[in-house]
Amino acid sequence: MTRTLETPVAATAARSSTRRRSRGLPRWVPPVLVFLGILAVWYFISYVVLDPSVAFLLPPPHTIFTEAFFKPATLSDILVALARSAGVALTGLGIAMIIGVIWAVGMSQARWIERSLFPYAVILQCIPILALVPLIGFWFGFDFPARVIVCVMIALFPIVSNTLFGLQSVEKGQRELFQLQKANRWTVLTKLEFPAALPAIFAGIRISAGLAVVGAIVGDFFFRRGDPGIGSLISNYQSRVQGPELFAAIITASVFGVLIFVVFGWLGNRAVGKWYDSGK
Amino acid sequence: MTLLSDSPVDTATTELLNFSDVAMTFPNGVTALSGVDLSVKRGEFVTVVGPSGCGKSTLLRIASGLTSATEGTVTVGTNRIGYVFQDATLLPWRTVQQNVELLAELNGIKKAKRQAEAARAIELVGLSGFEKQLPKTLSGGMKMRASLARSLTLDPELFLFDEPFGALDEITRERLNDELIKLFTEQQFAGLFITHSVSEAVYLSTKVVVMSGRPGNIVETFDVPFAYPRDPEIRFTPEFAALAGEVSLALREGHS
Repeated sequence: MTRTLETPVAATAARSSTRRRSRGLPRWVPPVLVFLGILAVWYFISYVVLDPSVAFLLPPPHTIFTEAFFKPATLSDILVALARSAGVALTGLGIAMIIGVIWAVGMSQARWIERSLFPYAVILQCIPILALVPLIGFWFGFDFPARVIVCVMIALFPIVSNTLFGLQSVEKGQRELFQLQKANRWTVLTKLEFPAALPAIFAGIRISAGLAVVGAIVGDFFFRRGDPGIGSLISNYQSRVQGPELFAAIITASVFGVLIFVVFGWLGNRAVGKWYDSGK
Repeated sequence: MTLLSDSPVDTATTELLNFSDVAMTFPNGVTALSGVDLSVKRGEFVTVVGPSGCGKSTLLRIASGLTSATEGTVTVGTNRIGYVFQDATLLPWRTVQQNVELLAELNGIKKAKRQAEAARAIELVGLSGFEKQLPKTLSGGMKMRASLARSLTLDPELFLFDEPFGALDEITRERLNDELIKLFTEQQFAGLFITHSVSEAVYLSTKVVVMSGRPGNIVETFDVPFAYPRDPEIRFTPEFAALAGEVSLALREGHS
């Protein structure tokens, strides 16, 4: 092997190229490695740590497929329940979006309205929702409407606070530009504040989408009447000690939550991604 | 304080803006301006130079009606007022074309008419070909051109500039100065321009007004004798240097 003198420039170039290569590692590799690690720990606990009599606490991962997802009866139970919960979650999210945006727009119109109403948005966020759920059942029945109300209550705050933040983020100069043309409040709202708030509104909706799914499951968990959703199903599997089915239902619910998050992220990107510079 | 709009403007020496003994005290007790007398006539381009915080932006805000003076009389002889902000203040979700159309749109002008007006203004500032671009794809200088075009759609008789080129690099700034002079000679508006650059002030204007700080008032006024259109090379002539020197001196004396 011949040794050549490495100039500093060449050395830096070489270093930067290796850095580039390590940065160029496909993005899916690290999460997959983490996933494999989790699987390994999971199998270790299922087979080594847990006594066979309590193995249902953490059934080995493959049994979730062999005993739940691959069994048509169980799979259809799960999917039907998921469809019902999805209906509840999306209805709740839709209502939360409408109420949240109107609430925030109302608060953005005057300081005194904001001062009067914002504390209640915060209180809504801080109410121990689990304690309230049984009461909601008594007030509104144990059916679809009650479940939707739980969803709305959980999903509302991020939309209210993000929308308000977005509406108030308009630059002073842009406001004055409208002021100089004597634009009225409605024009300022529709042509300036609302478009400027869209990135923040979508960020809020994305958070709320995940929360709405949680809300649907929580509501379902408590309200045992009406058509069972995925929460009731989870609760049933729990009481019947059906480990694999339980995990299958939980995984399905999480995948749905992630999916809804991704869909709204994509929608937001379609709506504002072209002009919104998130790196700013 | 009286504010006259729409008064007849016919003669060549019509006063488009007049400040008479204007003072401005903020609610917190800070006096921004005191005893300011200033006039801008048709065909004039008046530049106000002064140290930062001397109230020169307040002066412009009063002229535009964004703020009211607490004392004195402000007379505005037109309602076609263009205002160019320190930042380009473009709406990031609108294309260049849509941004330039904005003011006409806010004034309820029909689509076909405002599109034609915007196209003319875009042409004037040399942004043709960039109509469909979003602001984030433009350089600082191009954003400022778009902002200028937006104000030009109002066909202003009085054009107010609040340090519009302050954030730009020297080369872009000089180019935009030349373009502004071209616009001034072609479009026949009266200008009131705020800056903290002495050479920009002397190069652009027919009259340079020097302000002192806290409370802001006018310490000296210089007439600029150079003819329009101005040759960029005049910046390097002894006459230019001498005038710029006098302005700088007045600025320093007013400041101390």
